[in-house]
Amino acid sequence: MVIYGIALLGICTLIGLIIGKWLGELFGIDANVGGIGIAMFLLMILSNYQNFKLSIGDISESGITFWSLIYIPIVVAMAAKQNVVGALDGGFMALVAGIVVVSISFLFIPLLSNLKDK
Amino acid sequence: MNIVEEILIKNSLITAFVFVGVTVYLSYFLSEKLTKGRFHGSAIAIILGLIFAYIAGSYYEGDKGVADIAILSGVGVLGGSMLRDFAIVATAYGAKFSDLKTSGVVGIVSLFLGVILSFSLGSIVAILFGYDDAKSITTIGAGTVTFVVGPVTGSAIGASSEVIALSIAAGLVKSILVMTMTPIVAKSIGLNNPRSAMVFGGLMGTNSGVAAGLAAVDPKLVPYGAMTATFYTAIGCLIVPSLLFLFIDVIY
Repeated sequence: MVIYGIALLGICTLIGLIIGKWLGELFGIDANVGGIGIAMFLLMILSNYQNFKLSIGDISESGITFWSLIYIPIVVAMAAKQNVVGALDGGFMALVAGIVVVSISFLFIPLLSNLKDK
Repeated sequence: MNIVEEILIKNSLITAFVFVGVTVYLSYFLSEKLTKGRFHGSAIAIILGLIFAYIAGSYYEGDKGVADIAILSGVGVLGGSMLRDFAIVATAYGAKFSDLKTSGVVGIVSLFLGVILSFSLGSIVAILFGYDDAKSITTIGAGTVTFVVGPVTGSAIGASSEVIALSIAAGLVKSILVMTMTPIVAKSIGLNNPRSAMVFGGLMGTNSGVAAGLAAVDPKLVPYGAMTATFYTAIGCLIVPSLLFLFIDVIY
């Protein structure tokens, strides 16, 4: 049943958001602290159980993969509802931030790749 | 005309699916025809989305982009935090802890270093440009982690919509640069094996940037980079609105 996959995804998301909200109260900030990240780890742990695919079945699985595939279109919709006019004052800053981050990150790739595991 | 408008408004979420679908189709068409697929379709789609939001914002003087246009109000629901968070969680499906383990300590180091490095550099740029409140600095720093971590962080800690849009713009610039620069610098940074691909995914993190960048270098490297990149957004969502925000908050 495709709804099983969607429901499972929903359970992970809700648990993550609840823990995130709870963490927020713990830290004393009125915010959701890493709820989405926690939900992602929950789903990863679940999907890494052996025979997980067998136990929920292919069709149930597609309830999760559908939402994973629809992620880019949702990001497109998210972009289309942003306050771009308001951001344009700082447009140059976004450019500078992006260039600085990417150039310096590139420099770290050979440094890290050449580290030996041990 | 009134009937058409009425139906489009009444079924606004369906209208939004059509709107985004057409935008994505157009973007992949442009990607294929103008750049031979080198410039990833999803990146063009996001740029188009931002352009539409800009046009809508200048005509309607609202702060919700195209969602301020009645027939496109469903875009606000589709791109709103509920469905967005749901879809982001779904992308974690199938990522394997065991694969991360075999890539060794370096993969994990690159993930944490990548998030913290991007965040620090982004925050420094924000400070240099005159931002002096912890929420804005954190959100812009988060945007340079990825354009997903930016808005997730921004809405979690309550940053303004302008700053959130800016964080998306910064993340987008990063994503575009990763896509376009990777094939050019690949040779000189030794990006030609699974190990360096995992480090690359961990340091850059931006999903579409990493996938498109690696595809242009060697399609066989895509899964390795994409896998670490999947962890990147999770770690970003986990530590940026929490630890790193608290860190910035203490300083400011």
